[in-house]
Amino acid sequence: MNILTLFVLIPVLTTLAIGFTKNMKQTRLVSAVGMSIQLILAAILVFMYLGERNAGNTAEMLFTYDALWFPSLNIHYAIGVDGISVAMILLTAIVVFAGIFASWNMDFLSREFFISLILLATGVFGFFISIDLFTMFLFYEVAVIPMYLLIGIWGSGPKEYSAMKLTLMLMGGSALLMVGLLGIYFYSAPSGGQLTWNLLEISKITIPIEMQRFLFPFTFIGFGILGALFPFHTWSPDGHASAPTAVSMLHAGVLMKLGGYGAFRVAIFLMPEAAQEQAWIFLLLTSISVVYGAFGAIWQKDLKYINAYSSVSHCGLVLFAVLMMNQTAFNGAILQMISHGLMTALFFALIGMIYGRTHTRMINEMGGLMKVMPFLGVVYVIAGLASLGLPGLSGFVAEMTIFFGAFQHTDSFHRILTIMAISSIVITAVYILRVVGILLLGPIKDDHYLHLEDAKWHERLSTVTLVIAIAAIGIAPLWLSDMINVSLGPIVDKISITGFQFVSLF
Amino acid sequence: MTINDFLLMRHEIMLVLIALILLIVDLNLKPTQKPWIIPVAMVLFIIHIIVGFLPAPEGTLFGGMFRSTPLINMMKNVLNIGVFIIMLQSYTWIMKPENREKMSEYFVLMFSTLAGMYFMISSGDFLMFYLGLETATIPMAALAAYTHHQTKSAEAGVKLILSSALSSGILLFGLSLIYGSTGSIYFTDVAASFGAAPMQVLAFLFFFSGMAFKISLVPFHLWTADVYEGSPVNVTSYFSVISKGAASFILILILYKVFFQLIEVWQNVLYIISVLTMVVGNLFALRQKNMKRFLAFSSIAQAGFILLGMMAGSQMGMTSVIYFVLVYIFSNLGAFGVVSAIEAVTGKVEMSDYNGLYRTNPRLSLLMMLAMFSLAGIPPVAGFFGKFFLFTSAASAGYYWLVFIAVLNATVSLYYYLMVVKAMFINKSDEPIAFFRSDNMTRAGLLLSAVGIVVIGFWSQVYEMINNLSVGLF
Repeated sequence: MNILTLFVLIPVLTTLAIGFTKNMKQTRLVSAVGMSIQLILAAILVFMYLGERNAGNTAEMLFTYDALWFPSLNIHYAIGVDGISVAMILLTAIVVFAGIFASWNMDFLSREFFISLILLATGVFGFFISIDLFTMFLFYEVAVIPMYLLIGIWGSGPKEYSAMKLTLMLMGGSALLMVGLLGIYFYSAPSGGQLTWNLLEISKITIPIEMQRFLFPFTFIGFGILGALFPFHTWSPDGHASAPTAVSMLHAGVLMKLGGYGAFRVAIFLMPEAAQEQAWIFLLLTSISVVYGAFGAIWQKDLKYINAYSSVSHCGLVLFAVLMMNQTAFNGAILQMISHGLMTALFFALIGMIYGRTHTRMINEMGGLMKVMPFLGVVYVIAGLASLGLPGLSGFVAEMTIFFGAFQHTDSFHRILTIMAISSIVITAVYILRVVGILLLGPIKDDHYLHLEDAKWHERLSTVTLVIAIAAIGIAPLWLSDMINVSLGPIVDKISITGFQFVSLF
Repeated sequence: MTINDFLLMRHEIMLVLIALILLIVDLNLKPTQKPWIIPVAMVLFIIHIIVGFLPAPEGTLFGGMFRSTPLINMMKNVLNIGVFIIMLQSYTWIMKPENREKMSEYFVLMFSTLAGMYFMISSGDFLMFYLGLETATIPMAALAAYTHHQTKSAEAGVKLILSSALSSGILLFGLSLIYGSTGSIYFTDVAASFGAAPMQVLAFLFFFSGMAFKISLVPFHLWTADVYEGSPVNVTSYFSVISKGAASFILILILYKVFFQLIEVWQNVLYIISVLTMVVGNLFALRQKNMKRFLAFSSIAQAGFILLGMMAGSQMGMTSVIYFVLVYIFSNLGAFGVVSAIEAVTGKVEMSDYNGLYRTNPRLSLLMMLAMFSLAGIPPVAGFFGKFFLFTSAASAGYYWLVFIAVLNATVSLYYYLMVVKAMFINKSDEPIAFFRSDNMTRAGLLLSAVGIVVIGFWSQVYEMINNLSVGLF
């Protein structure tokens, strides 16, 4: 069997197995085993992929498998990966693994919780391995819909409102997306012949420019909504704040990346001409996302809202980089997706753990937590430093690459926007350090906090996994950045951007 | 009558025979033995379904008044399966003491309307079409008024018959204009000489309005909610699934077969009507608290989606409509099955009664959730594929904006479908519906719809088979 199919099969089998479990202990054990296998598999995939590339395999997609599904519409179950998707799969596997351990003590309807969570992961994995637009769209929606139940049942605060808002806005996004994808399909053979949903085949032709102008906004905004594109980002803070820990982790860490990945892989890759024409509009919007998200985070008092707004800012940076349309920026965008995925998952995991102990998420009510739970405190600081882009951690690698790429545009429009976006780093530092200062340092505000325990083994496992990944990318970014970069080659060729040189920073 | 003639008309002949046999059996049963009617009806109908799947010849009878093709046969098979599920799901309700004495009538009336619909689908001229229409409508009103001791049910029957009479009148006026302008009522002759002269467009519009009543398209939908709410649940599910499905089949057959010259006209008409239907259906469904009314309005919105598929005017359009109806039968019957099982045991039909249902009846809730997701078009269940293909065929004709409006409407509809999911899974209730076990028949019916909802989407052969049969259309 094709190794990629396993990435869908294992989660599905895990959910089926969970259906037979009797109590919470069995349920979480089965989930943990299933997702550990998935993580190991992802690691194996990375090695297999690098092995193939080193052996000189230059095909655009590796491990491809293609089965005709609906012959009359030429819908295939077509899968394959390149360096970009391999990186995203690894990210997903890590975050899901950490998420399972972060929700180790989920005792309310635990079976249903883990089933929905893993179902969501199935959608994400399926999305990243698809090279057929139909299956891609199918998996995209599979990933979105369990969110409703996950937030609605296990969430906190105004959970029903947030769950509904999130679901409807994302489904509204897929409404746009559906039009875009159908349009791409019907113009996938402009000179006659068989219409196709296959990403690679469509990339070989040029969709008529007037259709591109029409379809590009649909596709880009459709994916952009999931990537928290301003002004369609409003689902994100509410959704993240209400979601239970593991769901916030998975959602901010992975699901939002579907937006960035899709915008890049489908919208820009297949319709580069329109992308170049219309990029300025979306660049403006994404710059607003970046700065607005950062400012939004400053004013928040709730830890989850802070992190949710910072996600808007960081994910905005992904779309910003993608729209810069050169190899360095693309590379940065992918790195940023991975870096942000890891670091935001870590943040949400920590917030969940702190909330589980203090029963509040308001930073004003907490203080001096470093003294009572040094482990969680230190990890929080690490996550914060990664977020504000400290060298040696993943955030720096990604953001520097993005800004180098963006700065290659010499005209003042791009320069100004880039400078605006760069300014977000400073703002990020403000809100991160402010939280660290109030939350971890300073006096202990409540005597109850003196008796709080530090992290348990499963919490340590969850957070350490993420910290290792963040540090690994920060210290040795080259393997990842190279893996991505090789796969960017064909994409950059297709988009045929000239006048930019690739800058490898590391 | 040769065997070939029988094969051509097998659905209609079988149904009439079954109805007669049931009446005769009923005469010979003592009041205590009445429940025997159910197994007899079931077995006969299963035979009918199996006969329906025998190889289908193509041909015409009565000098062209009646025709059958493998595609038409397929449509009838699709409807047969739906009717069978409804029969299974009605078991608890029909066994109630107050319904026992008129048990056979339920089946006889249902089979008569079904026979009428099949004559309509198979009609080769407008006379047969109209005969079928009336055969289908009048027993339907009797079905709506089945529990006539309840005011609402009796009211539903009267409303249905009055509005049907009005729509038949409009339709007949259209037919007479068609006859006047072409000198024939045979589909082939009409199709050959039909153009876009003003009178012919007018004739088409009258005809279409008549049909729009049957499918309950906006603005001809006003009877729907009251009739659906007043009728017994199983009859409602019959209306909203079988009757609507059959009417959609007939409409698309006639649009493609008879009025194909007018394609530009009817595409515009359908455009406007489908937008209206989706929007108004959704807006009304948003506010419903009663599950039956809720499903009624949501099924109005669904009819709007069906029109989208029709607009393509191509093989793809035909396939997507039949496929969608098949998926819709399973999804809607899943939903109605749960509503009917709950109503039969507890008598509760309000959405708020469903609060906390998952705690007490997890299986029913899961099926309801699957059905809601399928109706909303969420993958991986079948509804997603059904909707996606409808949209694909609309996009194939270049209606991208319409697709956009439709998907936005699908998103709105997701809201109210999720409200049901929310009630069952999220809301808490002080007195949720207590755990109960339905009888085996009902459970079989629910299981069938669940299997259909899960399997049909992935099982691409179903779509391909319909697609292959749709080839011969043009």
